Amino acid sequence: MNPTLTTATAARVLQQIRHDHRTLGLMLVMPCVLLGLLAWIYQNTPVFDSIGAPLLGIFPFLTMFLVTSIATLRERQSGTLERLLAMPLGKGDMVGGYALAFGLLATVQAVVASGFALLVLGLDVAGAAWLLLLVAVVDALLGTALGLFLSAFAATEFQAVQFLPAFVLPQFLLCGLLVPRDQLPTVLQWVSDVLPLSYAVDAMQTITSDANGTAQVLGDVAVVLGFVVALIGLGAATLRRRTP
Amino acid sequence: MAIRIEALRVVRNERIVIPGLDLTVPRGELVGLLGPSGCGKSTLMRSIVGVQRVTGGTVEVFGEPAGSPALRNRIGYLTQQPSVYQDLTVIENLRYFAKVIGVPRKDLDEEVARLLGLVDLADHASSRAGSLSGGQLSRVSLAAALVGAPELLVLDEPTVGLDPVLRRDLWSIFRGLARSGVTLLVSSHVMDEATRCDRLLLMRAGAMLADDTLHGVLDATGAADAEQAFLTLVDRATERQPADRAAGNQGAAGQSSAQGGGPA
Repeated sequence: MNPTLTTATAARVLQQIRHDHRTLGLMLVMPCVLLGLLAWIYQNTPVFDSIGAPLLGIFPFLTMFLVTSIATLRERQSGTLERLLAMPLGKGDMVGGYALAFGLLATVQAVVASGFALLVLGLDVAGAAWLLLLVAVVDALLGTALGLFLSAFAATEFQAVQFLPAFVLPQFLLCGLLVPRDQLPTVLQWVSDVLPLSYAVDAMQTITSDANGTAQVLGDVAVVLGFVVALIGLGAATLRRRTP
Repeated sequence: MAIRIEALRVVRNERIVIPGLDLTVPRGELVGLLGPSGCGKSTLMRSIVGVQRVTGGTVEVFGEPAGSPALRNRIGYLTQQPSVYQDLTVIENLRYFAKVIGVPRKDLDEEVARLLGLVDLADHASSRAGSLSGGQLSRVSLAAALVGAPELLVLDEPTVGLDPVLRRDLWSIFRGLARSGVTLLVSSHVMDEATRCDRLLLMRAGAMLADDTLHGVLDATGAADAEQAFLTLVDRATERQPADRAAGNQGAAGQSSAQGGGPA
């Protein structure tokens, strides 16, 4: 990896997004709209306060997953990936550049969504606001890393979009939001234990209910970051300069 | 020697695309790779650039195995489809590719201006690539292949879809580059582009039907132009070895003599 090439690639990806105002708008506004809708549905009940934070982690995860998958698939299909890999660009520069660019976007998205939830919707959590923000950013990074890794296995847009129900929705079902993880059937508990989103939601649930859970939350954050690093590494490792 | 290929064999999806091919290209030569679409031109070019998974044989560029890291800023590669970012402007595209090839930051503006002039796109520098016409877009892609003054240019159908004036201009650019010592391998399925090259490779079904100057090819076949010569060579090859292609026995022609010089 070469820092100049990685940042040049990240800058180029951001430039592409900047030209696409609608995508940028959707990325920043949609999580807020969904959270607003949620708060409205559950008005005058304590439900929003209990599931608001976990969903604040899940919405950015979803959007970043989709945007990243499609962006890297486009890179593959347009021939630009082949051109770049014939040039002095390292595989790490490619994947790292995307991770950096989308990580930055993810941070902005998480700040906007968390700020909106806390300040406008009056989301009330026991833990600190900075912790909420940190977990939201890390969750969005997880979406990016998963998208970077999985898009290598998608040959078409149809397949890439189908990876959402295939690899993301099962994580959502098992993450502990519908049924607490310790009440899941044993086998499903094991599966839940190896899925990254479970730790993301664990962290958000701790923030929701426990004012003294900072250490526990940071532990979960470390696990999610471990997944992020591993997925980005796998994404770079599975990138092939030579194709059939 | 710029390119040296021995017994190259490429199998894609269980189909033999190149059964066994030898080729050498000295430095500074402008070589035309002509043949119908699907004959293996792109696969051969991808093998030289080092992005094709090959089944057997050796491919060397400037004495190094194709695809070596040391070669990556010495080869300019133009893919058949215009491979640029359609959502970026022409300048943004070229600046990025120039950065990747290693052009120093202070020289970026100058390099991009040079490239824009070369492909005559200075008027569209700030247009989004996706808003350009097909011909303009392929010129952006060509400019991206020329960044950083590579020593070998592998250009896959650079003139397809361009008007005659522009094609003439591009060929004069190629000629100028060859004169300055750059080696060029340029593919085309338009046979009349043969007249522009130092040397012709006529390719069909993954093998070289001929490897000679245009003069040599015309003399050997008695044809009036490259297209006629190609057809004559195809006819001779089919007569001589009707069903032998898949067996992979048909190697490349020897240097400077058209293969299939006599009827079977």
